Amino acid sequence: MSKGPFKLERAGLLQLLQALKTQGYLTLGPTVREGAIVYDELHRLEDLPIGYTDHQEGGSYRLEQRGDGAMFGYNVGPHSWKRFMHPPILRLFRARQANGDLEFESEGEAAPKYAFIGVRACELQAIRVQDRVFLGGPYQDPHYKARREQVFIVAVNCTQAGHTCFCASVESGPRAQTGFDLALTEVVDGEHSYFVGEVGSEAGARLLDRVAHRAAQEAEWNQALALVDRAARQMRHLDTQGLKERLYQSLEHPRWQVVANRCLSCGNCTQVCPTCFCTSVEDHTDLAGQVAERTRRWDSCFTADFSYLHGGSVRVSTLARYRQWLTHKLASWQDQFGLLGCVGCGRCITWCPVGIDLTEEVAAMNDVQTGRFAPKEAGGAHV
Amino acid sequence: MVSLPSPIVVDPMRPRPFRVARVMRETADVVTLELEAQTGPPLRFQPGQFTMLYVFGVGEVPISISGDPQKPERLVHTIRKVGAVTEALCNLRKGAVVGVRGPFGSHWPLEQARGHDVVMVAGGIGLPPLRPAIYHLLHHRQDYGRVYLLYGARTPRDLLFPEELKRWQYTLSHAPGATPVRVTVDRAEGDWDGAVGLVTSLIAPLTIDPSRTTALMVGPEVMMRFTIAELRKRGIPEENLYLSMERNMKCAVGFCGHCQLGPHFVCRDGPVLAFPQVRDWMTRKEV
Ligand SMILES: Cc1cc2nc3c(=O)[nH]c(=O)nc-3n(C[C@H](O)[C@H](O)[C@H](O)COP(=O)(O)OP(=O)(O)OC[C@H]3O[C@@H](n4cnc5c(N)ncnc54)[C@H](O)[C@@H]3O)c2cc1C
Ligand code: SF4
Ligand code: SF4
Repeated sequence: MSKGPFKLERAGLLQLLQALKTQGYLTLGPTVREGAIVYDELHRLEDLPIGYTDHQEGGSYRLEQRGDGAMFGYNVGPHSWKRFMHPPILRLFRARQANGDLEFESEGEAAPKYAFIGVRACELQAIRVQDRVFLGGPYQDPHYKARREQVFIVAVNCTQAGHTCFCASVESGPRAQTGFDLALTEVVDGEHSYFVGEVGSEAGARLLDRVAHRAAQEAEWNQALALVDRAARQMRHLDTQGLKERLYQSLEHPRWQVVANRCLSCGNCTQVCPTCFCTSVEDHTDLAGQVAERTRRWDSCFTADFSYLHGGSVRVSTLARYRQWLTHKLASWQDQFGLLGCVGCGRCITWCPVGIDLTEEVAAMNDVQTGRFAPKEAGGAHV
Repeated sequence: MVSLPSPIVVDPMRPRPFRVARVMRETADVVTLELEAQTGPPLRFQPGQFTMLYVFGVGEVPISISGDPQKPERLVHTIRKVGAVTEALCNLRKGAVVGVRGPFGSHWPLEQARGHDVVMVAGGIGLPPLRPAIYHLLHHRQDYGRVYLLYGARTPRDLLFPEELKRWQYTLSHAPGATPVRVTVDRAEGDWDGAVGLVTSLIAPLTIDPSRTTALMVGPEVMMRFTIAELRKRGIPEENLYLSMERNMKCAVGFCGHCQLGPHFVCRDGPVLAFPQVRDWMTRKEV
C-alpha cells in the first residue's frame, strides 16, 4: 500500500471495471433511469451518467445536461448504498414444521460480492454510521456483516456541491478521507476527463496493479484537491456546536408544531436517508402450513404502527414523529452510537414532497430562546 | 475491504426451538408456559430479562421471564392474551414447539440493593416480570432488609399466582407479624375483603428506611409515574427507583429501532432502567 497518488485515464477506469468483474464482483454504480441517477449494475463506462448533473432544491430534483462529458458530474440521487448492504427486504429465517418438531434455518444464500463505484465521501460516512449500528454493538447482524466484509469501494470525490448538500458542516466530505479501497477525483476537460486517485487499502493497491495508470504529478494532484475544495465552499450550513444539547432542550419548542403542519408523515425522508436503519418484520406460512418465513423490511418512524403498543401508538401526532426523527438523527444518535446520524447528503431535503429542510428547522430552533430542559414531575397526567 | 472483529457467525435473529412442557391457566386471559430447550443448554437469565417468543407463522413478541433464575432448565413465561401473537401463545398445548431468542436486556439491580429495604410495585401483568426477583430475594433473604410486594389487579379474579402470594406473606417477611405482601383491586367482587383502590395508596403506610430503600416497579406507564411520585414523597432517592419499560420491539438486539425512548434502546439498555435515565423522556408526551 505504498502507492502514492496516481493518474488514471478513462481506458484505465474501464480496465478497473473489467478487473472487478473478473474477480467476481457485481459492479454497481450510478446510471440514469427514469429521470434520476440511481445505483445499478455497471456493464460498461457508457452506463455512467455521462454529461448529466442533478439540480436539487428542497422538494425538487431534475437532471440537466452539463454541456461536457463528465462521468461523475452529479451529487447524489434517491438511492444510497444502504440498499445493497442493508437490503429493503430480506428473509431472516425459514421455520419448518415436521413430526411435531420445529426447525429454524437462517438465510442460507451466499451474500453477493459487491463493488461500489462512485461512492461519495458522505456515503462513506453513512457506511461507517451503519457499521456502528449493525456491527458495533453487543450483537452483530450477520446479513449486513457478510455483505460488508466483501465489498470493494471505489470512492469518487465531489467537485461541485449540490444545493441541498452540507457534508462540510458535519465533516463527512466532500473529500473521501478513509474507508475506501480506491478514491478518484475526476478532472473534466470538455468531452474528455481523467482521474487522479489515491489508494486506501491493500486490495485497492492490488487492483490498481492490474490496470494502466501512472504516478500523478504534483500539479495534477493539487488541481484535483482544488476542485474538491471548491465543492466545500458551496454548501448549506448546519451548526453542530452543542447540537445535541440544543435539541434536547428544544423538545417543547413551538417550531415543532410549525414543521408538523407541513410534514405529510410520508416517510420519504427515512427511505432516502443513507443512515436510517429501522425495520419491521413480517411472518408468512406456505399454503400447506409446513414452512413459515420471517422477512425484514425497511420501516419508517413516520408510520402509525412504528411505536404501536397494545392499545395505541406512543407517537400519535406528526409533531411527535418528526421530532423523533430529527432528534434521533442529530441528537440521540450521538448518545447511542457516538457520532451524528446525519452525513449531510441532503437527500431528505430534496426528496421531501413539501421541501422540509432539517438545517432550516434546526436553525429556527436556535433563534428562539428555549426553556430549561426541565422534566415535569413524575405523576403528570398523560398516559 | 475491511476486516471486521468477531469471527463467530451467530445469528441473533434466529430462534431456538423450545418445547412446551407445561401449561397453566392462571386467569381468564393469562397463561403460564414452561418451556424446555429442544437442543443445546438451558437458557440462563437474570431477573428482569425477557425473551422473544415466536409462534410458527404467526409472529414474535417480547415476554419477560417469570421463573426462578436458579431453575433455568424450565424457561417460564406468563402471558396475557391481548392480540394475535399473545393469543396464539395462550392457546398452545403441552408438546407444542415455539421459537425462543434471548435472554435480552438489563436486569433488576439486586446486587446494588443488598442491605437495602426492597419495595416492589406491580400492576396487572407487571407481576410476572418481578417474580424472578422475588425468587432471588427468597434465596438470599438474609442479604436484604424489609421486603414489600405491592400488587394491584383489576378484580380479585385477575390476581395472578394467588397461592404464591399467600406463601410469600410468610417467606418474604422480615419479622413475625409483618405483612410484606399487600394487594389491592380496582373493583371488589365476590367475597373480597381486601383493599380496593390504586396500588399507589399502599406506599404511604410502609415502614422503610428511605435512604436505604430500592424500589422496583412494573406496570402501565401512568401507574409507574404516580408510583414514583409517591415513593419520592417517602424520601427514596431517585437513583434507587427502577422501572421496567415497555416499547414496541421487533428485533430485541438494537437493529429495528422501534423501542427507542430518547437515547435508550429499551431492548438493550432496558427494559429495566433507573428513573434518572428515563425521567426526561417518560415525563413528556409522545416521546
Ligand atoms: C420487555 C417486554 C416485556 C414484556 N413482558 C410481558 C409479559 O411478561 N407478559 C405479557 O403478557 N406481556 C408482556 N409484554 C407485552 C407483550 O409483548 C405484548 O402484549 C405483545 O407484544 C402483544 O402482541 P400481540 O400480537 O398479541 O398483540 P397486538 O396488539 O396484535 O400487537 C401487534 C404488534 O404490536 C406490538 N406490540 C403490541 N403491544 C405491545 C407491547 N405491549 N409491548 C411491545 N410490543 C407490543 C408487537 O410487535 C405486536 O406484534 C412485554 C413487552 C415488553 C416490551
Ligand atoms: S438526515 Fe438527510 S441530510 Fe442527513 S444523512 Fe439523512 S438524508 Fe442525508
Ligand atoms: S419531513 Fe418530508 S419526507 Fe419526511 S415524512 Fe415529513 S413530508 Fe415526508
